[in-house]
Amino acid sequence: MSDWSMIDTWIVLTGMVIAMSCALVGNFLVIRRMSLMGDAISHAVLPGLAVAFLLSGDRHPLPMFAGAVAAGLLTAFLTEWIRTNGRMEADAAMGVIFTTLFAIGLLLIVRAADSVDLDPGCVLYGAIELSPLDTVPVGPWEWPRAFAIGLVVLAINVVVIGLFYKELVLSSFDPEAAAALGFKPRRIYYLLMALVAVTAVASFESVGSILVIAMLIVPGVCGTLLARRLPGVLAASAVVAMLSAIGGHVMAIGIPPIFGFVDTSTSGSMAVAAGILFVGVFLVAPENGVLARWAHQRSLRDRIRCEDVLGALYRWHEEHGEKGPVVRWPELAARIGLGPTQARRIRRLLRRNGLIGYVADDAVHLTGEGKRQAAIVIRDHRLWEVYLHHQVQLPADHVHATSEALEHLTSDGMRRRLERDATGASVDPHGKVIP
Amino acid sequence: MPDRRNDMMVEFPWDDLRRLTGLADYNTRVVLLGSLLLGLVSGAVGSFMVLRKRAMISDVVSHAALPGIVAAFMVLTVLGGDGKSWLALLTGALISGLLGMAAVHAITTHARVKQDAALGVVLSVFFGAGVVLLGFTQRMKSGSSAGLESFIYGKTASMLASDAWLLAGSALAATVICLAFFKEFRLVCFDAEFARAQGWPVRRVDALLTGLVVVVTVIGLQAVGLILMIALLITPAVTARFWTDRLGSMVIIASGLGALACVTGAALSALYPRVPAGSVIVLSCSTLFLIGLLFGRRRGLVPEAWRRIRLAARTERHHVLRAVYEQWEQRGVQGFHAHAGTGSVLVSAGDLAAVRRWSEARLQRVLREAAADGDVELDAWPLVRLTSRGMSHARQLVRNHRLWEWYLIQHAEVDPHHVDRDADEIEHVLGAAMVRELEATLPGRLSGAELPSSPHPLTDTEEAGWRKGPA
Repeated sequence: MSDWSMIDTWIVLTGMVIAMSCALVGNFLVIRRMSLMGDAISHAVLPGLAVAFLLSGDRHPLPMFAGAVAAGLLTAFLTEWIRTNGRMEADAAMGVIFTTLFAIGLLLIVRAADSVDLDPGCVLYGAIELSPLDTVPVGPWEWPRAFAIGLVVLAINVVVIGLFYKELVLSSFDPEAAAALGFKPRRIYYLLMALVAVTAVASFESVGSILVIAMLIVPGVCGTLLARRLPGVLAASAVVAMLSAIGGHVMAIGIPPIFGFVDTSTSGSMAVAAGILFVGVFLVAPENGVLARWAHQRSLRDRIRCEDVLGALYRWHEEHGEKGPVVRWPELAARIGLGPTQARRIRRLLRRNGLIGYVADDAVHLTGEGKRQAAIVIRDHRLWEVYLHHQVQLPADHVHATSEALEHLTSDGMRRRLERDATGASVDPHGKVIP
Repeated sequence: MPDRRNDMMVEFPWDDLRRLTGLADYNTRVVLLGSLLLGLVSGAVGSFMVLRKRAMISDVVSHAALPGIVAAFMVLTVLGGDGKSWLALLTGALISGLLGMAAVHAITTHARVKQDAALGVVLSVFFGAGVVLLGFTQRMKSGSSAGLESFIYGKTASMLASDAWLLAGSALAATVICLAFFKEFRLVCFDAEFARAQGWPVRRVDALLTGLVVVVTVIGLQAVGLILMIALLITPAVTARFWTDRLGSMVIIASGLGALACVTGAALSALYPRVPAGSVIVLSCSTLFLIGLLFGRRRGLVPEAWRRIRLAARTERHHVLRAVYEQWEQRGVQGFHAHAGTGSVLVSAGDLAAVRRWSEARLQRVLREAAADGDVELDAWPLVRLTSRGMSHARQLVRNHRLWEWYLIQHAEVDPHHVDRDADEIEHVLGAAMVRELEATLPGRLSGAELPSSPHPLTDTEEAGWRKGPA
């Protein structure tokens, strides 16, 4: 890590522009539930490269680029064609087409290995480590060629997505509506596929197909977990892409020395860094993350238990009168079915909110605020019983369990409707007074 | 350029072919047997996988296997063992493939991520991890990692006898499981909701199927390579779908196609130098797929087009026969040459053409086909003679047409002037049971062959004449 040089900076910058351009178009693949199309297209460009090479006879970038993009579009087109004409699932169609094209490409390359200077391994792993050595003059500077190409592709993606933003969004989320409004969703689909192919091919040489696939999918998935609206999703995915590039290279040169190696594949590390970021997002994302969901469920469970305690105390006071025998916390907790740890949590919550009071010997009673809230819970419970008995016509001895669940979910508006339906009733079907 | 072309063309290796077909060489026998078994089992497992709409999981499994393979190699090398032990590498592949599937399951159940996105994430990240580990091995001092890349692109020829036996054992086990759980797999593939409602353990059946896919993918990795392995599971299965509608035959056909493709691929790869086995196996699958797509008996494009053409021709013939009958019925004997005694009826071709504005050529073509079947005779052209066979045929068609018209008028409350076109489409597909039902719904309770009258004037030209009233 101490010997970070200009070369490392260039590697990270190159990785960043490529990762961001992949992430930008990848978002739309993820939204359209076609994530694996990125995988298919980036494998299927191989025959395009091989044929362009065999025809042009050298590694001229332009024919190679054109051949690869054509192969990518051919994948999308053939997949769509056999899906409709062969009546099969989209991903099965995709699997048939991209493996066929890849097999053709591999066969061509291996057969003509003497004359073709294409290494299939290079297509997979790329050579981002070497990219800073190949520079082009840009104005007064010498930029790595891969970085310059990446920047151009990023610009193309930003401009095209900006121009067709409305069409892309509509046809991705609701293709039928897009068609009905005259937006030509098929053209937008092929436009997107062309963008994917251009991005994948331009990025290949430097970062290899493995990083292209990772960057097409992972940042987009992270984005959908992090944000709700599409602009936020796009921004979040771009940030994830950038962080993967930085983290990937740091890992590639920082971790191997610990085990006595010099370094390892930077592209692979960038994919792994994206995976680590994904796991992080998967855990901590607001709303959709595992922790957020877990916390939400826990707070809901706690609220329901607190309300159960309040209700039980209310009933105890109702049955035995205000001056009756005291109720002890362990008995109460056991009656509601709380384990010892849960009981301690719930008691702490209730006391912190000033809902229950404590005398001595574990004896608990409702405070003034506690009584008020307990009355609401019991009122909801008995209103539901009345409703279920009179309106739904359940027998009186069947309404308790359902009301027990519904009492925790009653909103103000729903309570007003229940009150309206129960006008005149002052007792529930069991003869208990509705508070 | 010419040099390169020479380079691409290789003289046909007759000697090698003799060696191969004679199965003289022990190693060749092993490789061919291994490929055969691999093709058989992947066709069978792939059928269930494709029908369960999980076609891409095999791709994810094969990519996710890479870190396991490389990690197993590294552990073996560090421990000082033989880094190329096939069994150990495949165990590594199996473990990381299963881990990948578990990760997909965890992602889709615990966060709002769609199946395809979860598959994509696992595929790319696991493969990236594999490439990172591969980067380590290439820089390791001890042991050569050169063989590991054969897992990416496949190398059937490197199969040894012990590998083939392992493959045979796994394939046999997978086949037995497929047969033993055939009923469960069928139920889950076709109607998972129904299976769940019936109390079948759908999730466990799915897990078993996924496990089978992982096993088959892993044992095929070395032969076909991890990028192309998915083709061996998907392509024979979807190809079989073109030939049959039944699950049992689909599994058998897919197994046969998979075996054929694998053996062809392995043989070609053994015959020619520098032909990667994985590519040839996949291209054999693709060729079989193309044949199925074009000529498959059930869903192939050519048989479907042929059926469409046949149906269109039959419809046209029915229309002409009905027109002949209705012309005759409208005008009676008058103006026509009814040959009493022969039971045949003559109608002018010009009048027929006017009924539906048929062109003369088109009408002649249809009539010639009808003549070939003996429904009409054209000996008095431009008069068309309806034979007695044609007469009963035409009468049946007219009857179906009118039954349907009356049904539409009475039960669907369609205006009598609008029923003709609707009935045009239905009359060709009315079965005998349907005709009986229609007869029963009509108020007059038609007996046997009685013909209801047309609820509307027959043709535009007729209509004009009818309005003027009979002379």
